[in-house]
Amino acid sequence: MKVIVAIKRVIDPYVKVRVKHDGSGVETNNVKMSMNPFCEIAVEEAVRMKESGHANEVIAVSIGDASCQENLRGALALGADKAIHIKTSEIPEPLAVAKLLTALWSKEQPGLVLLGKQSIDSDNNQVAQMLAALTGRPQGTFASIIELEGEQVLVTREVDGGLETLALELPAIVSTDLRLNEPRYASLPNIMKAKKKPLEVLEPEDLGIDVVFSQQILEVMAPAERSGGEMLSSVSELVETLKSQAEIG
Amino acid sequence: MNTKTLVVVEHDNERLNADTLKTLSAASFLSGQVTALVFGCGCLSVANAVSKLTSVNEVLVADSEHYQAHLAENTALLVKQAGEGFTHILAPATTFGKNLMPRVAALLDVGQLSDVIKIESDDTVVRPIYAGNALARVKSTDRVKVMTIRSSAFDAPESSTSTDAEIQTLEIQISNELSRLVSRQQTQSERPELAAAKVVVSGGRGLGSKENFAMVEQLADKLGGAIGASRAAVDAGFVPNDLQVGQTGKIVAPDLYIAIGISGAIQHLAGMKDSKVIVAINSDPEAPIFQIADYGLVGDLFEILPELTDAL
Repeated sequence: MKVIVAIKRVIDPYVKVRVKHDGSGVETNNVKMSMNPFCEIAVEEAVRMKESGHANEVIAVSIGDASCQENLRGALALGADKAIHIKTSEIPEPLAVAKLLTALWSKEQPGLVLLGKQSIDSDNNQVAQMLAALTGRPQGTFASIIELEGEQVLVTREVDGGLETLALELPAIVSTDLRLNEPRYASLPNIMKAKKKPLEVLEPEDLGIDVVFSQQILEVMAPAERSGGEMLSSVSELVETLKSQAEIG
Repeated sequence: MNTKTLVVVEHDNERLNADTLKTLSAASFLSGQVTALVFGCGCLSVANAVSKLTSVNEVLVADSEHYQAHLAENTALLVKQAGEGFTHILAPATTFGKNLMPRVAALLDVGQLSDVIKIESDDTVVRPIYAGNALARVKSTDRVKVMTIRSSAFDAPESSTSTDAEIQTLEIQISNELSRLVSRQQTQSERPELAAAKVVVSGGRGLGSKENFAMVEQLADKLGGAIGASRAAVDAGFVPNDLQVGQTGKIVAPDLYIAIGISGAIQHLAGMKDSKVIVAINSDPEAPIFQIADYGLVGDLFEILPELTDAL
């Protein structure tokens, strides 16, 4: 079975983002970038499927400008076999991303597509579900356990109130939650080997997709700051404060 | 423009989910009529309850065994059909809404506005990005606006005695051959629901063990609050995943949030920084949580917690 993993390049999760004063966005110049953490988990899961013999080929795909090839090399170093870069000047909206991935899905005919449940920059949590809709395939979102069983995949999902397990007919689309696995680090020899692995570059036109935008970001604002608080010195002071402030106790 | 809004109701076939009420509040910021869609199996009592809410003008019910488990594969098609003629389709940004609505949006060939915290006009909303460290004012040019609503940003509508909205039954039967529910493991708790609690007491890695986490539970019980947790506490197995507060867990905004042994990583703050009063108890005076806490106390949790619980 062939597995496609979609990855996104985002501002590193440990960076405190700064909103630009002109309201046009957040500062991305000279800011550390990384593979989206949920995508790392998706790559790890795909590589484990290959190691366990469930997958015979893992293709990593990323959409964006040339810089995302760095993250595709990262995925290759983690164990993906081949990378596809779909070149766009801007990051498309989730629906356009899903359309590009649908075109790739038709071309590559994978048994499974793995994606992160959300990217930590736009926080949309949409692409996997949209891809499932457009391909007409079942979706296993927010997965914490994935088990392949013949023509089905069993996906345990993290839902409000607990967990639920679904059986999906393959091919299927699965999005990863944080507890699915612990991603590995790429070793130096694997990073070197990754440089020799194939990386194909496609334009949206090659896939017959016209990337359109339907959402206009009018302004990006900083959220209201919380004013610095008061340090208390004892439990009794805290009890008094709770009683007066929150009317409890 | 006169809007026509469809709100997709979340429920467990018996009870209406509290986040749906907040979504109805959000819908009232749009100019036109509000219709609620209830789908499920044996869900007529939910439809009746919804019809009594002031903000609802009409209720559509699709009751079928096909919709029993609320799986996205067929219910997205149902929402698409039922949503014909509506200008806005809203659902709560719970795991139910997040799973279903992008599928609906893609079927309609439109984008989605996720986790909306403010509706400014019929086409412009505000939503958080970068774990809530920035807010984006977004205008959608799509012909249908599909949105999920962050419930912590809206008040529940006041209960009313208005006349019941008309309930209309939909005869749409869509089966699902693509997916099947195998099992559900619900976390049982006597405590208030995390997303709706007025008081939340959360524990982090600093608690050290599942046994020690009981101290957080005792304090929560004393305050009649819900318990929450940081990712570290969930990953270490102290509590189940559905108690995680943060960017990728639940977003809460209670009157009082007490963070115990939680350093305050960006991802955790994303889930609680809109709480009215934040109290932090931590042994590390440099912990970032103190920068947003209204009241902070530095010290040994294992001494402070029992003393605090006893004193309340």
